Amino acid sequence: MQGTVSAHDGGHDAHAHNPNLQHHFYSMEQQLEASTLGMWLFLVTEVMFFGGMFLAYLIYRVIYPEAWILGSNHLNVAMGALNTGVLICSSLTMALAVRAAQTSNRGAQIRYLLLTMAFGSVFLIVKYFEYAEKFEHHLVPGRHFDMTLPQAGQQQLFFSIYFMMTGIHAIHMIVGLGLMLVILTMAWRGRFSASYYTPIEMSGLYWHFVDIVWIFLFPLLYLLGAHYSAH
Amino acid sequence: MSDVSQPRNSYLDAPYGLASWLLTKDHKRIAMLYLISITIFFAIGGLFAAGIRLELLTPQGDLWTSDLYNKLFTLHGVVMIFFFLVPSIPATLGNFLMPIMIGAKDLAFPRINLISWYLYIIGATVTLAAVFTGGLDTGWTFYTPYSSVSSQTAVTTAAIGVFITGFSSILTGLNFIVTTHRMRAPGMTWFRLPLFVWSNYATSLVMILGTPVIAITVLLVAAERALGLGFFDPARGGDPVLFQHLFWFYSHPAVYIMILPGMGVISELVAAMARKQVFGYSFVAFSSLAIAILGFLVWGHHLFVSSQSIYAGLVFSIITMLVAIPSAVKTFNWTATLYRGSISWQSPTWWVVGFMGLFTIGGLTGVFLGTLGLNIHLTDTYFVVAHFHYIMVGGAIMAYMGGLHFWWPKMTGRMFSDAGSKTSAVLVFVGFNLTFFPQFVLGFMGMPRRYHAYPDEWQVLNVLSSCGAGVLALGYALPLVYLTYSLFRGAAAPANPWGAKGLEWTIPSPPTTYNFEAEVRVDEPAYNYKSTREVHVG
Repeated sequence: MQGTVSAHDGGHDAHAHNPNLQHHFYSMEQQLEASTLGMWLFLVTEVMFFGGMFLAYLIYRVIYPEAWILGSNHLNVAMGALNTGVLICSSLTMALAVRAAQTSNRGAQIRYLLLTMAFGSVFLIVKYFEYAEKFEHHLVPGRHFDMTLPQAGQQQLFFSIYFMMTGIHAIHMIVGLGLMLVILTMAWRGRFSASYYTPIEMSGLYWHFVDIVWIFLFPLLYLLGAHYSAH
Repeated sequence: MSDVSQPRNSYLDAPYGLASWLLTKDHKRIAMLYLISITIFFAIGGLFAAGIRLELLTPQGDLWTSDLYNKLFTLHGVVMIFFFLVPSIPATLGNFLMPIMIGAKDLAFPRINLISWYLYIIGATVTLAAVFTGGLDTGWTFYTPYSSVSSQTAVTTAAIGVFITGFSSILTGLNFIVTTHRMRAPGMTWFRLPLFVWSNYATSLVMILGTPVIAITVLLVAAERALGLGFFDPARGGDPVLFQHLFWFYSHPAVYIMILPGMGVISELVAAMARKQVFGYSFVAFSSLAIAILGFLVWGHHLFVSSQSIYAGLVFSIITMLVAIPSAVKTFNWTATLYRGSISWQSPTWWVVGFMGLFTIGGLTGVFLGTLGLNIHLTDTYFVVAHFHYIMVGGAIMAYMGGLHFWWPKMTGRMFSDAGSKTSAVLVFVGFNLTFFPQFVLGFMGMPRRYHAYPDEWQVLNVLSSCGAGVLALGYALPLVYLTYSLFRGAAAPANPWGAKGLEWTIPSPPTTYNFEAEVRVDEPAYNYKSTREVHVG
């Protein structure tokens, strides 16, 4: 039984069918089901995590509707819309990358993963310029906030929630890009095929989730009061 | 003692070396890592408690400054809750037993299991850094605006520590749920699962639904403090009560994270020590889920006096009362299980009996506090302190100690001193009651919690309480001695020292790395003691 020791750290001699089958699973189906359930549960925790901020957003929006519209009017709808489009495209390329793995097409996997990463990077670059604009216009809550604005206190609440929600979303994007880098390396080495594509599929679920969060953030933050009443 | 089995290739023996432990993916070794870590934090939390009880020996605030006293009770709460109670049973006994009880070789995600331990250690280190860089004086509840604006202590650091540790808890819960769904051996149907698995499953649901909310809440506090953002700041129109809602949305269910696994342990121990099938198995199983679900709907009872609408208060009060139903289902079913059982009075039973008495008192006083009118009188008094210590120390830790003793032979392969364990159980039971029963009286007379000075007439009760804390500390220190001793000098444990049912007792003590040598097939219900009752004589 001494051999079991090394088997524990990655050996798979007991189940020689598929080298990607970990020792504690009986079959590839069981392993895939476990990973899928685990990923969905993780996304549930993410929903609860963002949920706290959505709740704060909702309550303050009900209490301070005017400040919310005033704050929203400071946001750049064009940039927000551009980013929404970029992310929707990245979700498409991500789905195509997973499809490419399922059809064992290594070249397409790499192509679509690179495209996904490119879209993700564009999103972050646009976000950088948006943030910079907010700093220039003294719209960052705290000591330097432009207190001459109407309802400056409540608008600070709006911008606090704006920065927190989009900031944590952006951190999720950065984590996603890191994940994509790992997946890209694995795809490069030809790890994914019709018989094993769990990691790329799970990363795809994560990527879509982060996109969907933005789909909610964009109208809630940018499209209040539809901007025609703006200064 | 005839069938002593100590396999040479147990999970403890091979592979050797520190690195093999620190990089292990074996759920049993990770359970041991957790066991060592939480024991250390239990001791640290206990030291803070000693500081509190020493100050309260005299009516004057003379031993510590009021600022230091604030830090002592805050750190006692933070350490005990986030670094001991929340991980206690799930991360040690749960980690060790969940896969074995369902006939699996490991948890579904062994690597994530190890990551969860590292997150715990990192979070704990960051929080300890806060202790040494200014401490923390907000109370474990981090109430705003004091925490986000006024406090001069290391709130941001501590909040980040709690944030990180939260993810350790989330990952454990996630792992348990997937394991229960996907890793059960053939024949291990849902209604053949040991009740310990059911209650850990319910606990895990609370962990993954509640913990992310506390994570974002403490992150908002940290951002408000460190970055100047505003979420709860009244000066900018923010609402501190929103913080309380978010905080208790996790922190009330967190009470069930602490007690539900304990209830699972008690179900196992009652069945094993009475040699009987648990009375009303499915009711006990579903009562765990009922507690988990109801637990999410009662957070408002922490806000009865925080300007919450009276109608909301009414609803929260009623739902709070409802929690008593599944709790009572468990208590009555345990009692019914003991009824006409052939009860073995070996030491685990002593902890079980202690748990039942203390948990009942804790649960019933919870009904007092859930009553709207009475709550106004009792809010923020020592009655609340006594109540939740009866649940968390009298309930959760009693069960943890009972479970630790019960499964110690399985985990370590060594028998401990039964007399030592009984002595410890008695010391804890007596010391605990001496410590916390006077606090019910003090609270009812109006002594507020978190004060370091009090009127002279309350000294007798406070001295009783402090003396009790000494006895309690002795009761907890004793197992440290004889359990450690057993590791080196204890008799080798047989595979099934208690004559108990369950897959964990069919494999050697300690188990081998893969738990089971052959594929497991289950063909009988849990606690099928009828077939063996005449064979085993306690």
